[in-house]
Amino acid sequence: MTAELSPDIVLKVDNLSTSFIFKSRTVPALRDVTFTLREGKTLALVGESGSGKSVTSLSILRLLSSPGQIVGGSVLYRTRAGEILDLAKADARTMRGVRGGEISMIFQEPMSSLNPLMRVGDQIGEMLTLHLGLKGQALQTRVRELLELVEIPAAARRMWDYPHSMSGGMRQRVMIAVALACNPRLLIADEPTTALDVTIQAQILRLMQRLQKDLGMSILFITHDMGVVAEMADEVAVMYAGEVVEQGAVRPLFAKPSHPYTTGLLGSIPSAARGFAADGSRLPLTAIPGSVPSPVDLPVGCSFAPRCASSEPTCREPARLAALGADHMTRCWKMRQSA
Amino acid sequence: MTATPLLSLRNVTKVFETPGGKVRALTDVSLDIPRGSILGLVGESGSGKTTLGRCVLRLIEPTSGEVFFDGTDITKLNPRDMKAMRKRMQIVFQDPFSSLNPRMRVHEIIGEALIAHGIGRTRTERRDRAAALLEEVGLRPDQLDRFPHEFSGGQRQRIGIARALAVDPDFIVADESVSALDVSVQAQILNLLNDLRQKRGLTMLFIAHDLSVVEYLCEAVAVLYLGRVMEAGDCRSIYAAPNHPYTKALLAAAPVPDPLVPRADVMLMGDIPSPLNPPPGCVFHTRCPVAMDDCRHILPTPQPVAASVTAACLRLNETVSC
Repeated sequence: MTAELSPDIVLKVDNLSTSFIFKSRTVPALRDVTFTLREGKTLALVGESGSGKSVTSLSILRLLSSPGQIVGGSVLYRTRAGEILDLAKADARTMRGVRGGEISMIFQEPMSSLNPLMRVGDQIGEMLTLHLGLKGQALQTRVRELLELVEIPAAARRMWDYPHSMSGGMRQRVMIAVALACNPRLLIADEPTTALDVTIQAQILRLMQRLQKDLGMSILFITHDMGVVAEMADEVAVMYAGEVVEQGAVRPLFAKPSHPYTTGLLGSIPSAARGFAADGSRLPLTAIPGSVPSPVDLPVGCSFAPRCASSEPTCREPARLAALGADHMTRCWKMRQSA
Repeated sequence: MTATPLLSLRNVTKVFETPGGKVRALTDVSLDIPRGSILGLVGESGSGKTTLGRCVLRLIEPTSGEVFFDGTDITKLNPRDMKAMRKRMQIVFQDPFSSLNPRMRVHEIIGEALIAHGIGRTRTERRDRAAALLEEVGLRPDQLDRFPHEFSGGQRQRIGIARALAVDPDFIVADESVSALDVSVQAQILNLLNDLRQKRGLTMLFIAHDLSVVEYLCEAVAVLYLGRVMEAGDCRSIYAAPNHPYTKALLAAAPVPDPLVPRADVMLMGDIPSPLNPPPGCVFHTRCPVAMDDCRHILPTPQPVAASVTAACLRLNETVSC
């Protein structure tokens, strides 16, 4: 393939569009999703329910099942060997090589993503046998090493356990061990800590940070929690109604959000600083009125305009994602104008 | 704060008998909620938050202990008196999808509460009342004839709140009522609860696992771990200076939505132990970063540590100073 990718970029999603095509109608789930992930860095994909975060990750790995399909755009990925692949168009055989060994994924639900009838060691071993052909003693040793890598105590014993005898946090560690089995270069983590308690979430987040540093992985971290974004990510792409509305480095984006939706999202988070006036009285949170539009009934022009306090007639024109400054993109023309 | 709290729990204990043994869901929980204030109940999964919320309303019968509501011990009430009392105590559930009957229209959902408590004699009277309630929670009266599936999650939660308010209660248990909602919608519901508290003078037990939500909404907070209260009292002073090691760890673990805030390194190892077999001594000692030998067999009792804050920890004096 002849696609261009600057050397520090591992993944470039460009105008990716995915639709669910039914007989009676077509539902656009992703519309021109664009973002880039740098080698060894973490990009957070943040948004609320229905914004298209999970469909994006499934599209990248081509795990969409019918009637979902990619209808446009490209997903450029640089392999370990330095080859650049367009995953949106790659054939099934290429994708099998990419999944696991190049890009792997961990899911939200550690309860339902593990096979309840298989010992956890066998579930990790399955990957190693399939991709690397490991068997016998070598296989067992590697499984134990992986469980130790994700800090499961008494790994040699726990590898014979079934998932039901493990806690949610332990199961998520096993999921991470499965994902790391073949040394992926890119890890896609889809809400990996959402189902966990906050103290366990802290453990898993620290573990992922340590593993990223030790193994030099790039991470695409999907979450709805701006707190997790602030802790984990180098860059963030904010999604709304199937589009990326803003992308930038974490610090400048939190300091000066440049899309009214990002501003609203940050303003909705309850906190003491935002919650009280100087005299101690409680201030209302700046909730975003209304709710996310249905993908079958999207507004004309900017999809956030109906809920936006500063929208004007011009917002009915199509909104495009454009640069606001170095490494900062926004879909809001007003924000670009005022910058 | 007023002299007599609207709700007082004294040594509330709940033991579930299961085939696997006795599960101690709650042990000796004593809490007060003054009139017009909101107590936030926080803790990890399995800490007993929901069981406590249900025990307060006697939806689950406490095994022992007293629940005083406006001076009356409701655990001793007969079913008829209890029903009359329930008119004053209502609950809003977590899941706005499963807590509304999908085959009932909105006016029937709200009307059912009115019929149960004999409010509104005629159909029109009940309908008018339901319409007024919808407006109060930020929905439109013309939505009265719709079914739950026609509403978004946030709107459904508003219906759940309207149903709880239908009988004009003094007290509401909100069990994870904003947890299933996206943050922008969650903010709408928090603003609504705050308004209702001010307008109606509601008293609330607000159960949540999200610490920032509790900090925003509540005057007081109680931290539950394995069915016991670790620390309780004035919300702002506990958040500013937690006393119990568990409260410290819990607050440190919550991610802060500000990339400039340095990551806290207080960390809890391992998981919450099984309530089937809670550890002896202080239930938190297995995960406590400052546990000592005594913690393994001496049970700490709650003691005052600051103005209107109590905590149960043997090393309180030391941890306060560090």
